[in-house]
Amino acid sequence: MTATTSYQQPTERGYYGQFGGAFVPEMLYPNVEELRTQYLDIMAEPEFQAELKQLLRDYVGRPTPLFEAKRLSEKYGTRIFFKREDLCHTGAHKINNTVGQILLAKRLGKTRIIAETGAGQHGVATATVCALMGLPCVVYMGAVDIERQAPNVARMRLLGAEVRRAESGSQTLKDATNEAIRDWIANPVDTHYIIGSVVGPHPYPDLVARLQAIISEEMRAQLLEKTGTELPDFVVACVGGGSNAAGAFYHFLDEPSVRLIAVEAAGHGIHSGHSAATSVLGTPGIIHGSKTLLMQDEHGQITEPYSLSAGLDYPGIGPLHAHLGEVGRSEFIAITDDDALAAVAECSRMEGIIPALETAHALAALGQLGAGPDDVVVVNLSGRGDKDLETYLKNMDKLV
Amino acid sequence: MDRIKHAFASKTNLLNTYFTAGYPSLHDTIPLAKALVDAGADILEIGMPFSDPLADGPVIQGSSSVALANGMNLPVLFEQLKGLRAAVPETPVLLMGYLNPVMQFGVEEFCRQAAEVGVDGLILPDLPLAEYEEFYQETFKKYGLKAVFLITPQTSEERIRHLDRLSEAFLYLVSGPGTTGGTTLPDAVAQQQYFERIAALKLRNPRLIGFGIGDKAGFERACEHAEGAIIGSALIRALEDATDAPAEAARFVRGIKPA
Ligand SMILES: Cc1ncc(COP(=O)(O)O)c(C=O)c1O
Repeated sequence: MTATTSYQQPTERGYYGQFGGAFVPEMLYPNVEELRTQYLDIMAEPEFQAELKQLLRDYVGRPTPLFEAKRLSEKYGTRIFFKREDLCHTGAHKINNTVGQILLAKRLGKTRIIAETGAGQHGVATATVCALMGLPCVVYMGAVDIERQAPNVARMRLLGAEVRRAESGSQTLKDATNEAIRDWIANPVDTHYIIGSVVGPHPYPDLVARLQAIISEEMRAQLLEKTGTELPDFVVACVGGGSNAAGAFYHFLDEPSVRLIAVEAAGHGIHSGHSAATSVLGTPGIIHGSKTLLMQDEHGQITEPYSLSAGLDYPGIGPLHAHLGEVGRSEFIAITDDDALAAVAECSRMEGIIPALETAHALAALGQLGAGPDDVVVVNLSGRGDKDLETYLKNMDKLV
Repeated sequence: MDRIKHAFASKTNLLNTYFTAGYPSLHDTIPLAKALVDAGADILEIGMPFSDPLADGPVIQGSSSVALANGMNLPVLFEQLKGLRAAVPETPVLLMGYLNPVMQFGVEEFCRQAAEVGVDGLILPDLPLAEYEEFYQETFKKYGLKAVFLITPQTSEERIRHLDRLSEAFLYLVSGPGTTGGTTLPDAVAQQQYFERIAALKLRNPRLIGFGIGDKAGFERACEHAEGAIIGSALIRALEDATDAPAEAARFVRGIKPA
C-alpha cells in the first residue's frame, strides 16, 4: 500500500481543497459525529480488517481479475485492460463499500440499515449484506428509477429489503438520497445510513473512498505482474457520485504520471438541457450535506439532471472529484446516451462482456484519450449489464 | 429595542408561525404576515423555499415546490419584504431556509438586504455550528441579525450550553426525532423527560418548541415546558385549499390562541 497523500486525505473537517465539509442540520449532527469520531479507529482494528478481507475474498469474490481486452486494444491502437468489478458478487463495485459499512454499522451497535439507490446496484449490494448479517433494510429509490431498473427492484425484495418510492422532484437518485436522509433524521439512534457513493457529509466521502480503494490497490499488483510496472498511463472510470472512480484512482492519486479520466453522463448533449455533466454545468454549492460542484439555477435551486443511465443521473459529484478537477489532477470527459449505447454494443460484441450502462460511458471515452501503442489504459469495468436489459431492449435499433 | 428580546420580555406563551414565502400564491407573503400578526401571532418565521429541503416533511416540501413554481426566489422575496415593517411594525421576523440559496445570493449581500427590510434573525438548519462561528457570525452581527439554533433530544448538554452562549434570540427545541410536520418520539413520557431535562439546565435563552405541533392542545402542552411554540406544517395545510389565504391564516391563529 502506498502512503496516505494530501489528495487522498481530507482535512479534519472533511475538506478537499474548497470542497467537502458536513452541512447537516442539528438533527443529523450526532449521527454524523458518531461516525466521524469512530470510523478511522474501527477500520484500523485488526479484527475489522480481518473480517473485511475474508468477506471480500470469500463472499464478494476478490481480487477481481485484470483482463487484457485485446480486440478493443487493437481497434484503439493502445493496450487496454479491464478491471473486472462486474464480476463482484451482485454485479458491480458497490458491494466493496456495503460490506465495509455493514461491519462498521455492527460495531457502532446499529440494528437497522437504510440506503438510497439510483440504478439499484447499491440498493442490491446493501440488501445483500443486510441479509448476510440479518439486519432489516429499507432502500429509497426514485419512482422513475423503480420503473427503469425493475430487475434490481425484484432482487432487493427477494433479498428481504423494503423498497420505498421517492416521489418528490425528478424522482431519481437525488430525491432518493433526500428521503434516506429524512429517514435518518427520524431514526437517529438505531439506524446506520449506508450511502452509496463518495458523496454526502464528511466522513462519508472519505469512508467510501477508503472502502473502494481496494480496486486500485489490486490494480497496482496486477499491472506489475502483467506489464512489468505498477503504473498505467490512463485510468478511466465513470462518475455518478464517483465511488468507482475514487476507488480506481485512489492509489494513483499521488502518481502524477498516471492520467485520471473521469467520465460523466452528457445525456442528450452537454448543453441540451438534458444532461448530468456536473463538471461542466455545475458550480460550487451544497447538496446532501457536502459543498461540491452541483447543477443549480442562478437562485441556488438544484436542477434536475438527466441521463439514460440511472446510476449517473445525479446533479452533483463527490467533493474529492470536484477538487481533483479544479486542481487539474483529473480530467473530465462527457459522453452522451447514444455514444454510451454504442459502447455497450461494441464491448458486447468485441469482448463478450455486456457492460452496465454507467460503465459504458467510461468505455465510450476510449476513442478520446489520445492513448498511443505504448500506453497502458485501465478501464474500471464498474458493473455488468444485466440490470439494463430492459433499456437495451428498448434501444435495440441502436445496439444491433 | 431588540424586537426579539422585547417580545420575550413582554409576553408569555408566544406563538411563532411559520409560512413559506410565495405560498399559496406569489404575492401572499406580506398579506399573510399581516393577517397572522393581527390575529395574534407573536413571532413570524418566513420560509425561503428550497428545492431540496432536507429537514422538512412532505407538507413544507410541497409548499416550497409550489412557491418555487410561483416564481419565488430571494430577489423577489426581498422586494416583497420592503413592505414588511409597514405591515407588521413590532413583531420579530425570522427568515428560515437552507444555506445554498443564501450562498449563491452572497452571504454579505443577503444579510445586508435582510437587515434593510427589517428582518431580525435567521434560521439556517444546514449551516454547521463550526462554519457559523468561523465564517458567518461576524457578518450576521455586523447587520444585527440573530442566529437561531436547533436543539434535538440527541443534542449533548455540552453542545446545548455552547449554543446557549452563542444565541441572542431563542433556542429552537425540536420536539423529537423527525422532519417538520411530524416527529416520532416513542412516547409522551420520553418527550416530557426531554423537555424537563432541557428546562432543568436553566439556560439563559428562552425556548420555543417546534416540529409536529398543530393544534390548540399541542400548543398549550408545549407552553408548559417552554416560553412558547412554533407551528408550521399545520398552518400550511390549512392554507392548502383556502380561497382567501390571509383570512384562513387569521382563523387558524385564533383557533390556537383565542383572544
Ligand atoms: C455499474 C455502476 N457503475 C457506476 C455507478 C455510478 O456510481 P459511482 O459514480 O459512485 O461509481 C453505478 C451506480 O449505480 C453503477 O451501478
